Amino acid sequence: MSQAKATPSLKTARGLGSAKEGTDHWWMQRLSAIAMMVLSPLMILLVITLIGEDYATATAKIGSPFWGGVAFLFICASFYHAHLGLQVVIEDYISYHAARLTTIIVVRGVLIVLGLIAAFSVLRLMLA
Amino acid sequence: MTDQKTSVQRPLSPHLQVYRLPLLPLMSITHRVTGVGLAFGTIVLAWWLAALATGPGAYAIFSAFMMPLGGLALLGWMIAIAYHFCNGIRHLIWDTGHALELNSAEKAGYAVLAGWLVLSVALVAAAVFFWAT
Repeated sequence: MSQAKATPSLKTARGLGSAKEGTDHWWMQRLSAIAMMVLSPLMILLVITLIGEDYATATAKIGSPFWGGVAFLFICASFYHAHLGLQVVIEDYISYHAARLTTIIVVRGVLIVLGLIAAFSVLRLMLA
Repeated sequence: MTDQKTSVQRPLSPHLQVYRLPLLPLMSITHRVTGVGLAFGTIVLAWWLAALATGPGAYAIFSAFMMPLGGLALLGWMIAIAYHFCNGIRHLIWDTGHALELNSAEKAGYAVLAGWLVLSVALVAAAVFFWAT
C-alpha cells in the first residue's frame, strides 16, 4: 500500500491511457445516444407524417424552423453516433490492421459526405 | 458409479452448430445488427433530403424508387430504430451500474422486447394510416 503511494498503481490508467484517447469515444457515444432519445421520436414523427405527401408539403414542413431544426440536429447526432458505433464493430470483426484502418477511414469518409449532404439539404430548405 | 443416467445428463459443451444463443447475447447481437442496418439507412435519408433540396424532378425520381420497395424498407427502418431505441435505453441504464445482475438484466431484456413490440406495432400502424390517407 505504501509502495502504491510512492509510484502510481498500474491498475489506474495514467493520462489518457494506452489508446491516447481517454474515454472520449465511449462518452460521446452516450451523449449522442441521449440526444437521440429526444430527437429520434421527433424525426420518426416527421418522416411518418410526410409519407405520401407531395413535394410542396414536404419542403414546406422541413423548411419550417421547428422541423428543420429537428432534422438538422438528428442528422448531427445520428451520423456521429453511427460513426462511433461502426468504428467499434469494425474494430471487433476486422483484425488485420491495414484492412481495419482502411475500412474505418472509408466508413468515416462516407458518413462525413452523407452527413454533409443531408445537413446542407435541410439548411437549404430552411433558408429557401 | 457411471450409470447411464448421469452420462446422459452430462452438460454438453457449447458448439457453434448446436448452441442456442441465450436471450441476452441474442439481444446484444441484434443491437449491433440493427445499428449497422440503420447506418446503411442514412444513405436513403441523405438521398431523400438531397432530392427535396434539389427540386421536384429529383424528388419524383426518389419517390418512384421508394414507392414499391422503399415502403417496406421504411417499415424495416422504423422497426429497427424502435429496437435500437429501447435496447439503447437498457444500455444507458447499465452504464449507471444498475440492472447488471443476470436476473435483472433478463427482466429488463423482456421489458425491452415488450416496448419494442408495442412501438413497432404503433409505428407500422401510423405509417400505414398516413400512406392510406
